[in-house]
Amino acid sequence: MSGPKKRMRDSFLQAMKERMAAARDVFFLTADFGSPVLDGVRKDFPDRFVNVGISEQNLVNVATGLALEGFRVVAYAIAPFITMRCLEQIRINLAILSQIRPLNVTLVGVGAGYSYEVSGPTHQALEDIAVMRALPNVGVWSPADAATAAAMAHRALDGIGVRYLRLDSHPLPDLGPAPTPDELKRGFRLGGSAGAAAAIVATGYMSHLAGGVRDELEAGGIPVRTVDLMDLAAPDLAALAAELAPCRAILTLEEGFVGRGGMDSLLGQHLAPLLPKAKWTHAGLEPHYHFEIGPRDDLLAAQGLSRPALAARLIDRINA
Amino acid sequence: MHVNVGELKKQAARVRAETLRIHAAAPETRVASSLSAVEIYVCLFYGGLLRHNPADPRDPARDRLIVSKGHGSISLYPILADRGFFPKEELRRVCRPGSFLGGIPDPVIPGYETVNGSLGHGPGVGAGMALALKRQGSDRRVVVVTGDGELHEGAVWEAFLFAAQHKLDNLILIVDDNSRCMMDDTARVVGLAPLADKFRAFGWSAAEVDGHDVEALAAAIGAAQTGDFPGPRAVIAQTVKGKGAPSLEGDPLCHVRTLTPQEVEELTGGAP
Repeated sequence: MSGPKKRMRDSFLQAMKERMAAARDVFFLTADFGSPVLDGVRKDFPDRFVNVGISEQNLVNVATGLALEGFRVVAYAIAPFITMRCLEQIRINLAILSQIRPLNVTLVGVGAGYSYEVSGPTHQALEDIAVMRALPNVGVWSPADAATAAAMAHRALDGIGVRYLRLDSHPLPDLGPAPTPDELKRGFRLGGSAGAAAAIVATGYMSHLAGGVRDELEAGGIPVRTVDLMDLAAPDLAALAAELAPCRAILTLEEGFVGRGGMDSLLGQHLAPLLPKAKWTHAGLEPHYHFEIGPRDDLLAAQGLSRPALAARLIDRINA
Repeated sequence: MHVNVGELKKQAARVRAETLRIHAAAPETRVASSLSAVEIYVCLFYGGLLRHNPADPRDPARDRLIVSKGHGSISLYPILADRGFFPKEELRRVCRPGSFLGGIPDPVIPGYETVNGSLGHGPGVGAGMALALKRQGSDRRVVVVTGDGELHEGAVWEAFLFAAQHKLDNLILIVDDNSRCMMDDTARVVGLAPLADKFRAFGWSAAEVDGHDVEALAAAIGAAQTGDFPGPRAVIAQTVKGKGAPSLEGDPLCHVRTLTPQEVEELTGGAP
């Protein structure tokens, strides 16, 4: 990790603000969830900004109605609330309806994983990847840094369809250069050593931890390929398999429950068959709620998600 | 507005008979819920209360109709066919393999706007459409039809608050208040009375009307659409679930009742 830390939501909202200034068909909804940058959106575009109040079900339904009438809609709330409080509204009015009628709706959830580290399980998004992955016609986008979040804002407005954008609440350094359009299209970007026999595939905040594990292993003479998986619904798995073809050991790393339909399921079910020689290990949160308060990295380390523990886990796969 | 009462009555009788015939051929359909709403759909489509264009079902100049009680709109099928949204022959294929006319309608059917099989979504989506139309400067209206049991869903009350907050005077809600949900009388499950007062307390105008009296119903819908109330408008159409089929009208469980072909034949006076 290096460089100044920036909030994903700030870069996303700044990009949206610029697009709202340039086009009159972008509408912003929030479920009483704000930020200083969003205050600017509210001030500059009062005719295209509505706070629906603490009502995520209505947030999604109103977003649908606006989108049916031609607006490109952003709906903004806390991550577990905008995915699970209103899951049926998303299923009926976005996933099913968008298969029949074109809609452009971007659901933005802030608070990926343990982001809200002192708020406990109600505010932590631990199941959102699995839940949203289950819905056809809904993209699941997971940026690891502010530059990626901004790029995804533009990609959402330039496309058509429905997607869930999972933002971290903490300021984070850029993982690397902003993703290129081609990387966004493929849904992943690469780091570390090309041709390495070991790889870590991670998403969001965990892509930063993956970089730390990689650096530690490479300092010890073990080359590692890292993959920042940005698209958790429909990445270009054939392209990813081609990049990881030399790998004999692959660690997946996510800040969500393992074995419950998250990124590990996506990769285990759909990528692993394309890489039959690789030995896999899936790291994430144990399927259990935790009520401990703590620095995020301590909460993760308590579940074996620390640099040394993960490095040891990958080495174990390399040596298996 | 001049309304041809005789024509509306004639259409209601035809639609009721055709609904029963559809049900006879497709007993999976929810006939009791569909029969209570016949006059609502008839008034909208034959009473000049819903601008529509069968040649272009998504014509921007149309009024938007959201049939939130989707299961209870089999009686809309013969109306849409008659108006030319799709060929009348399709009415003979309801619920058959390959037909787009299912037991619960989806917007693959010309004339339907949204997905309606799950209850409680229409008011919120309709509020979003109404807000969009106002912000776009359109004078088109959004008409949402719900049942009364459907108002048990909490999301509709979120939408009612929202619509009042934004003074969506282009949003018309028609409640097919047939007083029954699936397992019992609504009042014996979770009562909604006084419903009109609830709407007024939420910032809506509310009118109560006999939902089978086409003259009164058309007048109430027309008044709701053209009145100067500065907010959303509700028309509570008091109806009878299973209207026109005596064995359904008296049965608290009529929602899930199926009429036999013989019953339908007696009610409709034989084959069309």
